[in-house]
Amino acid sequence: MSDTAELSTGAIRRQMLAEFWFYFRQNRGAVAGLFVFVLLVLTAIFAPVLAPHDPTTQYRDAFLLPPVWQEGGRAEFLLGTDAVGRDMLSRLIFGAQYSLFIGIVVVAIALIGGVIIGLIAGFFRGWVDAVIMRVMDVILAFPSLLLALVLVAVLGPGLTNAMIAIAIVYQPHFARLTRAAVMGEMQREYVTAARVAGAGNLRLMFKTILPNCLGPLIVQATLSFSSAVLDSAALGFLGMGAQPPSPEWGTMLAEAREFILRAWWVVTLPGLAILVSVLAINMMGDGLRDALDPKLKRS
Amino acid sequence: MVRFLLSKLLYLIPTFLGITIVAFGFVRILPGDPVLLMAGERGVSPERHAELSAQLGFDKPVVMQYLDFLWRLLQGDLGNSLVTKKPVLAEFLALFPATVELGICAILIATLVGVPVGVLAAIKRGSWFDQVSMTSALVGFSMPIFWWGLLLIIFFSGILDWTPVSGRISLMYYFPQVTGFMLIDSLLSGQEGAFTSAVSHLILPSIVLATIPLAVIARQTRSAMLEVMGEDYVRTARAKGMPRRRVIGVHALRNAMIPVITTIGLQIGVLIAGAILTETIFSWPGIGKWMIDSIARRDYPVVQSGLLLIAGMVMVVNLLVDLTYGLINPRIRAS
Repeated sequence: MSDTAELSTGAIRRQMLAEFWFYFRQNRGAVAGLFVFVLLVLTAIFAPVLAPHDPTTQYRDAFLLPPVWQEGGRAEFLLGTDAVGRDMLSRLIFGAQYSLFIGIVVVAIALIGGVIIGLIAGFFRGWVDAVIMRVMDVILAFPSLLLALVLVAVLGPGLTNAMIAIAIVYQPHFARLTRAAVMGEMQREYVTAARVAGAGNLRLMFKTILPNCLGPLIVQATLSFSSAVLDSAALGFLGMGAQPPSPEWGTMLAEAREFILRAWWVVTLPGLAILVSVLAINMMGDGLRDALDPKLKRS
Repeated sequence: MVRFLLSKLLYLIPTFLGITIVAFGFVRILPGDPVLLMAGERGVSPERHAELSAQLGFDKPVVMQYLDFLWRLLQGDLGNSLVTKKPVLAEFLALFPATVELGICAILIATLVGVPVGVLAAIKRGSWFDQVSMTSALVGFSMPIFWWGLLLIIFFSGILDWTPVSGRISLMYYFPQVTGFMLIDSLLSGQEGAFTSAVSHLILPSIVLATIPLAVIARQTRSAMLEVMGEDYVRTARAKGMPRRRVIGVHALRNAMIPVITTIGLQIGVLIAGAILTETIFSWPGIGKWMIDSIARRDYPVVQSGLLLIAGMVMVVNLLVDLTYGLINPRIRAS
């Protein structure tokens, strides 16, 4: 009996996955985005193998060398060097680790926090809901980057604090989304059935209702991932994120600012890396939305 | 409509109180003694410390301190900057027009370009125009604008030498501030070339700040148009022989504009976050740069009150958006 049950759940899951892939594949941009994203992940994982130099080693004989194809470039520094003689390519490769790590941590904190808060608000309603949602409104009243900046000013500049600040700022979006989805699901008969069958509150919240609210949350998570990469780079650029000499792309841009009219590569390349990663994740997000959220489907 | 307005206003009170608690709590949770912080690096004697504490109200319970803070706030007293010693409100009001001028230009660019592009993309769905414009919109939406600004400076100021790199107007011109808006003041001054100088200073920052709202507005307009164009009444209008141009211009566009107006209104938060970065890159003397500089200088009264003023402003604009929405769409009012 249990064997057949497991088999059928497995089969359903496979079918759902096939259906998901079918819709996702329709969006060519999304597939391209996924491809770039996978490349980015591989780059981050194999950074120590891929990078030709250590990202923080300063070569005293090679300050602001242009990329290899320009006059004065050297073959050992394919994309040139920065103002203190560090290899640009290696720094960019190691920068991928920072961006992905920031995205994952921020989304994980914001998602877990937001989902729990939203579940509680949507499940219990009444004054609990009112208090929680007013607090969320307060957080949303501040422009996100400004609030993150002030939080970092309180906590002290640095990567960890920047991630915590960004996660706090993003978390209301997840809370609101979860709450709305939970309130929709609570009306459904399967929830009543589970309650009648004797399921406790925690079981109802996490095992019965939550799995049915995941679609919009996954889409929001992708969007937040790309915003987190962008916002943490902005904080780095303003000197409030990762601190030098970390090869974080935003921080690299901040260090390169004074050379904008002399050495285009130190400014152009880190920004391009940010743009390409954010764009790839957003393209993927569009495809995920098409595949997971029929209500929001792109017409 | 009055009930709708009142319910919206009532709704704002707890949010506003929450904002004041955040702004008040911000200085409280800072590590270190606020009196020592204000005294600066020279420090103070224990007697002077006690005197200052009493003077600033730090010897009272926290709740009383908060109520004091609220009371002063209601009287328009937002404290003084630690660095310039001037009232924070006066500093804010002096810099505010610069940010508003930049913001208005950016939102104008974003709307005047974004809406037609979105409409055209929807009408010519699947065409090369649709694909190119929507891909560009996605790129714009993903753009790190602090980098985009630097690129524009490299190209237009460095290579082409068309536009200045920073500031609001060339140092050659000097005239009294009348409105605080450089475009208007430069015209009023009657000095030859002043207006052109103001425009050339404004153009790059406006483009940079407009980038993300433009992308959002174009995408939103396109999807709203597509949705409306699939509605029955549009098909009916077409079926009874109404010219396509009229159907799109009168029937579809009007209804599609409702969500687009909301989107435009909601860009205010994006604009302020963008202003922080844009003003930093272009040394634009506005609210964004003021906040960044104050954070860097640890000028906490400025950060505290600046946060409060900005959040209050966002709240008021969101209320106005809600009200406009209610005016355009009676269904919202009823619910």
